[in-house]
Amino acid sequence: MLVAVVTVFRKGDAVRRIGLAAFIVAVMLPAAPVFAQVDLTGTWVRSSQSDNGNSPFQNDLMGIPLSADGRAKALSYDIASLSATERQCQMYPPIYAITGPFPLQISIVQDPVTTRLLGWNIAGWGDRDGTMIWMDGRPRPSQYAPHSHGGFTSGEWQGDTLTAVTTHFKMGDIKRHRAFSSDRATMTYRFNRHGDILTVTGILEDPVYLAEPYVLTEIFRLTTNPNNFPLTACEPIEELPRLHENPALVLHYLPGKQPFVNEATQRLNIPIEAVQGGPETIYPEYRKKLKDKYVPPPPVVNRGRGAQPQQ
Amino acid sequence: MSRAPIPIAAIAGLIALGLTGRVDAQRGGGQRGGGQPAPPAPRAAAPIDLTGYWVSIVTQDWRWRMVTPAKGDFQGFQLTPEAVKIADAWDPAKDEAAGEQCRSYGAPGLMSVPGRLHITWQDDNTLKIETDAGTQTRLFHFGDYTTPANTPRTWQGVSLAQWQMPRGNVPLVFRPADRTAGDAPPVRPGGGSLRVVTNNLRPGYLRKNGIPYGQNVVLTEHWDLYKRPNGEEWLTITQQIEDPENLRTAKLIAPLFKKEANGAKWDPTPCSSRW
Repeated sequence: MLVAVVTVFRKGDAVRRIGLAAFIVAVMLPAAPVFAQVDLTGTWVRSSQSDNGNSPFQNDLMGIPLSADGRAKALSYDIASLSATERQCQMYPPIYAITGPFPLQISIVQDPVTTRLLGWNIAGWGDRDGTMIWMDGRPRPSQYAPHSHGGFTSGEWQGDTLTAVTTHFKMGDIKRHRAFSSDRATMTYRFNRHGDILTVTGILEDPVYLAEPYVLTEIFRLTTNPNNFPLTACEPIEELPRLHENPALVLHYLPGKQPFVNEATQRLNIPIEAVQGGPETIYPEYRKKLKDKYVPPPPVVNRGRGAQPQQ
Repeated sequence: MSRAPIPIAAIAGLIALGLTGRVDAQRGGGQRGGGQPAPPAPRAAAPIDLTGYWVSIVTQDWRWRMVTPAKGDFQGFQLTPEAVKIADAWDPAKDEAAGEQCRSYGAPGLMSVPGRLHITWQDDNTLKIETDAGTQTRLFHFGDYTTPANTPRTWQGVSLAQWQMPRGNVPLVFRPADRTAGDAPPVRPGGGSLRVVTNNLRPGYLRKNGIPYGQNVVLTEHWDLYKRPNGEEWLTITQQIEDPENLRTAKLIAPLFKKEANGAKWDPTPCSSRW
């Protein structure tokens, strides 16, 4: 509109035209309609400023509303099992979009005739299956349909927010080194864009391993640098010789034999029952149970990436 | 040639008149000239209802939020050398002695403190957010609020709020494609969010163990509501904390809250510099 108005008077005095442009811009700025944005296309770099995807402890279930079965499953897990040849390239489940280390590369898939939206595609990464968020109302597969690592996802607009629901995905490790989601789980995403910031809220529900929904958020920034998407194909290699020498070996811990179960408690002074998660632990009132049991550990003296309080 | 002045003024005036109407909902009350009815006040124009009781859900950064972490544990922050010095000198007893035990309850850190929110409208232009943890109150001013001169810096500072209104519909290219006539999923009404910018803050802590922010910090927030089909309501608060004196990059976090039916679990607790 501004260009059109100025063009009409292009033969006028240049100074006056600049003044007009400045006036119109001044008028428009405070009055600009405040609408949310709905275009999600682009490469979004995660801020990674929470502990969503990392922990220095093998047994760190803090903040996860696990069921008793979920805790037992987590404590049986040996991260070294991922070094088995057949597991090295298995994908993480959908919540990895929030807990993983990679950017989100989002594109639209259009109907070839009408050009209207068929779906949103979130590109896969080395250990994450791609996600196609179908927007065309196609039916969800039968509950008996095969499950994939990425599952089946459909979405809809709720106002300016894209809401997507994923089902039909395989059991997998929901936080590296930590707990699991089962093949009966459901993942709901909310995509809220505010300028160049994209907030993704993920709600994982699982009748097997969770007692309550496990809800996480991650914030991403739009980038124009394609090098921020370092896709690497997974190639199995020999990681642990003992697994190759004995292919029948399935690494795990039997009940009560998890050797790292006290690691976080010893280093952070956080009671073991809190370290092992559960629905009660995610609410503020749980702090009252901790207050008389917790003493802050000594100051951190060797501060580097991953440095922990010293004993 | 002298033809420009009148058309320019007329067109510019039309543009001004045509556009200002779009933000009327952000301006509280008041009868406009020309006998037009007053636009709805921010309270009436709210695209989402944030009022009620909300409980924080601590699924992220648990070991830094639910307990007081060790002095010097700065994980998750990229601090400037000056900020490291301040944090290394953290002394909760000193804060208590100075009457500054609310340092970790200032606006930039408050939404990450485990607790409950009670959100009400103080008046048609002011949304009030109370917390039981630290018994703090944030006031979100809509409309043409201007900070009075010489307003002292406080833990909660001055917050200017603005609704972000939902579109009538998403652009055509982003609408779902019809599979067959009439069976495309609808674009459900709803949406919209609250944008809040807070400054004029008193220096405080982003984490209980003394990670500092300074008085020039600017907190920008987006409050997004999600009503689920099962009746649950979730609130995601996207926070961008900019403080170049102490943070080498802006801090980006998004604390979560879940709506509660009532205030039965509301538990006012005074500020503590140690717990």
